[in-house]
Amino acid sequence: MIFLKLILTNLRRHRIRSLISVAGIAFSVAAMLTVVTILQGAIGMFSGILSSDSEIIVFERNVSDLFFSNVPADAVEQISGWQMVQHADPVLFGIVSSANHPIITCFGVTAADARIRKATWVEGDRGTFAQHTDDVVLGERAAEYLAASLGSHVQIGHATLHVIGILKTANGFEDGGVFMPLNSAQSFFHKEGSSSVVTIKLRNKDDAPAFKQMVQAKFPNLIGLEDAEFNRSYSQFKILKATAWAVGGCGLLLGGLGVANTMIMSVFTRIREIAILRVNGFSNLQIATMIFGESAVVSVFGALVGLLIGTCFLFMLKQVPALHGYIDVAIQPLVLLIVVVLALLTGIAGALYPAVYAMRIRAVEALRFE
Amino acid sequence: MKTTAQSDGHRRVVLRAEDVWKSYDEGAIAVLKGINFEAFEGQAVALCGPSGCGKSTLLHLFGGLDLPDRGRVSVNEIEINRQRNLLRLLRHEVGFVFQLHNLIPDLTLEENCLIPTVAAGTDRRTAQARLGQLAERTGLSHRLGHRIQKLSGGERQRTALCRALMNKPKILLADEPTGSLDESASAVVFDLLLDIVVTEGVTLVMATHDRSLAARCDRILEMHDGRIREPEI
Repeated sequence: MIFLKLILTNLRRHRIRSLISVAGIAFSVAAMLTVVTILQGAIGMFSGILSSDSEIIVFERNVSDLFFSNVPADAVEQISGWQMVQHADPVLFGIVSSANHPIITCFGVTAADARIRKATWVEGDRGTFAQHTDDVVLGERAAEYLAASLGSHVQIGHATLHVIGILKTANGFEDGGVFMPLNSAQSFFHKEGSSSVVTIKLRNKDDAPAFKQMVQAKFPNLIGLEDAEFNRSYSQFKILKATAWAVGGCGLLLGGLGVANTMIMSVFTRIREIAILRVNGFSNLQIATMIFGESAVVSVFGALVGLLIGTCFLFMLKQVPALHGYIDVAIQPLVLLIVVVLALLTGIAGALYPAVYAMRIRAVEALRFE
Repeated sequence: MKTTAQSDGHRRVVLRAEDVWKSYDEGAIAVLKGINFEAFEGQAVALCGPSGCGKSTLLHLFGGLDLPDRGRVSVNEIEINRQRNLLRLLRHEVGFVFQLHNLIPDLTLEENCLIPTVAAGTDRRTAQARLGQLAERTGLSHRLGHRIQKLSGGERQRTALCRALMNKPKILLADEPTGSLDESASAVVFDLLLDIVVTEGVTLVMATHDRSLAARCDRILEMHDGRIREPEI
């Protein structure tokens, strides 16, 4: 109890300084949580698009981005015919623009695609999809920002397209995107006869290894990966995740420097007290524990406040209409744990030098210190 | 009132210094020059001498807060040298009282007194019992929950005395313990010191300028220019 009070004493004595340190850690944690959660959510949504009613993704080997992947139509046709395949859906990804909206994700799909079959059609009839080359189906949010309704025409890129349906989907990319018949999309993006990926639904999931081997044997330029494998290995996801953690880490580093500064000041302003504790039998370990304890309190408290701020901020972002569907506020427990542990480690790292300094204080010299 | 008889023939030496030298600034300032000293169990020893003669330095060496350049200091015949030895010394063998009370202002009287027991890992019940006993003797029982800022100078110094005695040390090292107190508070604190020496069998080594207080100790040692001399009575 007294030991705990010794830990808390200096924090209470310099309340403003302590609060600034807590705020430093809190904002760092909030920033890390927000950035990581948003990017994880975006990755989750993108992988959700790929794994819609499928287990395996086939795409061009060694491409850095799926937008640059080309899977030839004959490969799609052959794969569709394999015994173990229930259905193979080619998807062509593209980026289009319209007035005031420079980036709209475009999906070139067949009428049989799960994204068309299984989506909730707010307006229009799914049976009419892909009957005309200038037909387009909009996600609900895309329809909103393009001010389009069933039967209207929208200017997308260089083409004017006829809206034949509006889909409602929980996925932000799909909800804010446009769906074209595959042939139209191939023509639109000058990628005749190819798709970006093929999503595969197997009759039996256990055939996945055999399927991947067959892809490798028959189409050396293509690769088949199970969804989880893809999420782990896709370079864009890796870059996004690394960026998120790096940005968050930088924030945490700044917070850690704040803690270090506080702890250095804390030790410097209580040199005489530390000497008194030494004279009364405190060991190096006890002195260090006191200093680390003080920084741990700042870090844990800062982490809790940061989690609260970060969570509130994410929920606020979710309410912004322009971001609707793009922000996934489902904070993963693992992310929470990592953020809290990192905050704690940062606090401990920030207290390293002050603790070493405190351990080196010689009572006989410090007692002369006024 | 003398605390013990002058005859030390049959009594145990608890504190010994043999040819102790100490200097600062890489030898430029020689503070102690070949000190030889013995203190017996339950004895009250006054170290007198002008400022800068080395009284405080000698007390620091006795308490293990510093180590001599040459010679040896031993407590209960065990030389003070290594870190582990020092911790044991500070936790169980010696207690310090300084001219300034050196209490932690944000803690209460009780919490300040319990600090040595926290360091030594003494169980809470034992520590509380000891505190109750010392607080009763020093007249501080009614002030246990008060913060240090609320205490008078005399009460603070009595608190420091309680703290120094919490782990039942064999040796009490007091560096001008009444130097910052007025006459009446000084008398109270010194009476307490001598009373504790008698009742607890503690060896007291006290640096002081006050000749009248020194005269009440069993021995008076004069320090001058880094050397020690026992005046003839």
